[in-house]
Amino acid sequence: MDTGAADALLICEHCDTVYRRRILVRGEVARCARCAAELERHQSLSVNAMLALVLTAMIVFVQANMWPIVTLGLNGQFSATTLWGMIITMWQQQAQVVSVLAAFTLFFFPMTKMLVLGWLLWFARRGRRAPGFVRLMVGLHHLGPWTMSEVFVLGALVAIVKAHNYFDVVADPGIYAYAALTVLITIFAGVDLRQLWVLTRDGQA
Amino acid sequence: MNTLPRAADLGLIGCHVCGQVCKDATNAGLPDGDTLACPRCGSALHRRKPDSYSRTWALLIAAFILYIPANLLPIMRTASLNDIDDNTIISGVVELWVKGSPDLAVIVFTASIVVPMLKFFSLGMLLLSSRAGSDWARPQRAKLYRLVEFIGYWSMLDVFVVALLTALVRFSLLSRVEPLPGVIFFGLTVVLTMFASMSFDPRMIWDGRNSND
Repeated sequence: MDTGAADALLICEHCDTVYRRRILVRGEVARCARCAAELERHQSLSVNAMLALVLTAMIVFVQANMWPIVTLGLNGQFSATTLWGMIITMWQQQAQVVSVLAAFTLFFFPMTKMLVLGWLLWFARRGRRAPGFVRLMVGLHHLGPWTMSEVFVLGALVAIVKAHNYFDVVADPGIYAYAALTVLITIFAGVDLRQLWVLTRDGQA
Repeated sequence: MNTLPRAADLGLIGCHVCGQVCKDATNAGLPDGDTLACPRCGSALHRRKPDSYSRTWALLIAAFILYIPANLLPIMRTASLNDIDDNTIISGVVELWVKGSPDLAVIVFTASIVVPMLKFFSLGMLLLSSRAGSDWARPQRAKLYRLVEFIGYWSMLDVFVVALLTALVRFSLLSRVEPLPGVIFFGLTVVLTMFASMSFDPRMIWDGRNSND
């Protein structure tokens, strides 16, 4: 399916310069000589390692969403919230736009991304393309920057500091789960998913 | 001055979705109106993103219009027994600086004020200079675009802060936090600027007049 000649070339997305592809060794990053954008980096994670990361992220994600994030205390009264508690409250407070934004960027998109990745990687372990491979890969690309869990973690930190002036603040397990999720996202940030196009072949489907 | 070959000159197109290098068959008898599709992932192929200038301008201007009420209107109300306090973005930063921690105030200030402003100025400047085919500071402009693209979504920070505080501070009469319209305008501004930077095609930075002639 791939013509060998096309695989040997590489085009810089940021300035359209054409390069001959070179095998990179561990730690190497290929940069464009014209615009200095990153062309490719050595992918040190195997498919199995990526799958393990995604599965871990799924478990942490479930915890981050189930458990309360922070508890506030004021004169013996307590108030806690989960992510969905926050989304629902915003809807009820006439900020439906914010509610929908949060629901998608913090819940639906991250969840979709993990499920799709898990599905694709599960098949990629044997070098196969999962059913729906092409469409899912295109979908993943378009999901792009619309997952914002790491921004939310920083936001929670700011909210805690702000609330700390007026309330007793207790960090709940949810915030730790979110912190762990951020670490996983950061590890995954260097992964170029486009390698799956090359690593897998049309076995069936 | 540059001898690095460019895809458009070699009759190649890089697929923006999957990275595949494709032959540009636009001039090879393709029926009018039909777009070229990537043989690997089926996405439409474009030498440059379609209508990049007008789309980016439209989104950028829309974002800027929404950014005005986002800053002028309060984003959050803090109500307690004897006091109602409405916060704008900037007063929230000031409060954090005075009462909380200056380091976080700097982060919020960067995310809510510096980043959106940087986006408006940078994208506007990139659009004007690329349109003019200017070869001024091209590597720096390319770098600026990548910076804008990378940090863009962190502006959502303040929106999440307001949302979380609203959900947390619910002590009936004693103390409540409510979102105010400013936060909605701000959320929309961030989304629109993200779309704007996505629709800008950084390859245009390098498409000077001299390379076409």
